[in-house]
Amino acid sequence: MAGLHKSEIENPVLAWIDTRLPVITLLQKEYGVFPTPKNFNYWWNFGAIAMVILGIMIATGIFLAMNYTPQKDMAFDSVERIMRDVNFGWLLRYAHANGASFFFIAVYIHMFRGLYYGSYKTPRELLWMIGVVLLLLMMATAFMGYVLPWGQMSYWGATVITNLFSAIPLVGESVVTWLWGGFSVDNPTLNRFFALHYLLPFVILAVVFLHVAALHVTGSNNPLGIDVKSPQDTLPFHPYYTVKDSIGLCVFFLLYVIVICFFPNMFGDPDNYIPANPLATPAEIVPEWYFLPFYAILRSIPNKLGGVVMMFGAIAVLFVLPWLDTSKVRSARFRPIYRLVFWLLPVSCVLLGMVGAHRPEEPWLTIGRLATLYYFAHFLVILPMLGRFERPLPLPESISQPVLRGGGPLPSHATAQTMEKP
Amino acid sequence: MRPAPLALLAGLLLGVASPAPAQEEKLAHQDWSFSGVFGTFDRAAAQRGLQVYREVCSNCHSLNLAYYRNLAGIGLNDEQIKAIAAGVQVPTLDDTGQPTERPGLPQDRFKAPFANEKAARAALNGALPPDLSDIVKARADGPDYVYALLTGYGDPPAGMKLGEGMYYNKAFPGHQIAMPPPLQDGQVSYADGTKATIEQEAHDVVTFLTYIANPEMEQRKRIGVKMVLFLLVLTGLTYAVKRKVWADVH
Repeated sequence: MAGLHKSEIENPVLAWIDTRLPVITLLQKEYGVFPTPKNFNYWWNFGAIAMVILGIMIATGIFLAMNYTPQKDMAFDSVERIMRDVNFGWLLRYAHANGASFFFIAVYIHMFRGLYYGSYKTPRELLWMIGVVLLLLMMATAFMGYVLPWGQMSYWGATVITNLFSAIPLVGESVVTWLWGGFSVDNPTLNRFFALHYLLPFVILAVVFLHVAALHVTGSNNPLGIDVKSPQDTLPFHPYYTVKDSIGLCVFFLLYVIVICFFPNMFGDPDNYIPANPLATPAEIVPEWYFLPFYAILRSIPNKLGGVVMMFGAIAVLFVLPWLDTSKVRSARFRPIYRLVFWLLPVSCVLLGMVGAHRPEEPWLTIGRLATLYYFAHFLVILPMLGRFERPLPLPESISQPVLRGGGPLPSHATAQTMEKP
Repeated sequence: MRPAPLALLAGLLLGVASPAPAQEEKLAHQDWSFSGVFGTFDRAAAQRGLQVYREVCSNCHSLNLAYYRNLAGIGLNDEQIKAIAAGVQVPTLDDTGQPTERPGLPQDRFKAPFANEKAARAALNGALPPDLSDIVKARADGPDYVYALLTGYGDPPAGMKLGEGMYYNKAFPGHQIAMPPPLQDGQVSYADGTKATIEQEAHDVVTFLTYIANPEMEQRKRIGVKMVLFLLVLTGLTYAVKRKVWADVH
């Protein structure tokens, strides 16, 4: 029939829908039979995990918003009312607050996986850049969400972070006044942060859609970092990776539930259970753990504008990473030097995180400066140079080849089981 | 490369749990009925703690986030709760719209000792006693800290000059606190015959305040145990399904 989509769905009701709006065909194509490299390891779980956590954050967030009051004299008490008097409100709130931490854990692991296996390289540059945009959006959302309970750390964290913009030459002070909607962090700030904190997750959702759409054009990278050569190299996404992702999700949920139910405040700062008081500055103003490395970079530079520039620069280098890394080989498995050097990056990030949690005194100041130096050198010096003189190991011919050894016919079960699992 | 995702996750969790700013001195760790995965509130201790709060702390400290009805969670029955609530007068309006007072009800919040911050400061030499509803969550290692504070009074070390109206306390940051030592041996007399030492009183009131800060704790842990067991089974089943689905690959 003219103008109607040719659907292969058998169920008459679904077929009726699918011929007019082929969403079922689309789902089948993108999540059902979608050809996925057969050799993913469990590090490939974290994209799916991050997506599920985003869903949980939006779901819990909507119910929290139904009970929250974005007014400076009522915000703290309304959160306490959620904790004490709303049915399962404590579960909503602890799941949401800790969900932010687990979202960052999942996304940071997802990113380091991309860094190790070269997932940012041609043809996936745009996919990676969309991912960096997602990270920025997440950071903005998390920051504004942390302000909403209007505790001491909410208030003073918001003051410190918004004040960073005052480092902009000439217009800095005006920009900060404009951000605040007044001359200090106050009710207008809380109102707009709440509005944006409700808006941005849906922007994130839309950008996640673009991230997945871009992924489904290029197809996934894989632990060998080589292109898919034949259908033999792939498996349909369902059921192979739906079930494999489910295992990672279960284990991740286990940790998430343990934190929510037994250590619900382990990521939080005790000061945030004290209502915001503009007249009393807390002894230490510390951001949430997922911002600590960036906070450490900020404080490593003995100049306000310089510190702010470096902090944003730490994300900017990720944005241009596909052009900084000159090696054509994706996976670190075949890059004998990079596979060692790579580990210095997570080490420097963890060090920066520890530095961010301590006062800027010795020895932390020096450690912070060295780690900052390394972080930037890793991207701006080591990666561009390494691609030029590193001699990569020979790449396998195809994803099936390391299993097939010599490219024989389809493997029998007996031989296949002795081989390395993908 | 075959790194173990679990080990890394665990490392991440532990790593971020530790970098809290260092404390001046390590708090002595007390034995609490509510600590641990299966910990619950010792009802008798919490009820004795309520007595300490009502007879001592409540002279200066509010408990603004708690309702009298919350006392059901430490084992008080309806009659006891009504009796405690009726012991205070709360402001209301009479039928002609004139301000008046009525006896408290279970649905009322704990009555605060002072009408507002200014009144508190005026009565207490300029100091403001913090609200105690969240005090255990609002301090690092809350229960141990509050216990250490309540039992931490003593003579200042030689050479330390205290401000006027200030007291030496080894647990308080800066060691100078405006609160006079609130607890003495025998400050309260317990109906159940427990000996009211300072340590016992501090232990009991911390148990009570921990309940007030976390009234959901017992339900939260019960649900947690069930969810963990459920997820362990689900993980096992999922793994079995995965093995079956993947059996013909490789």
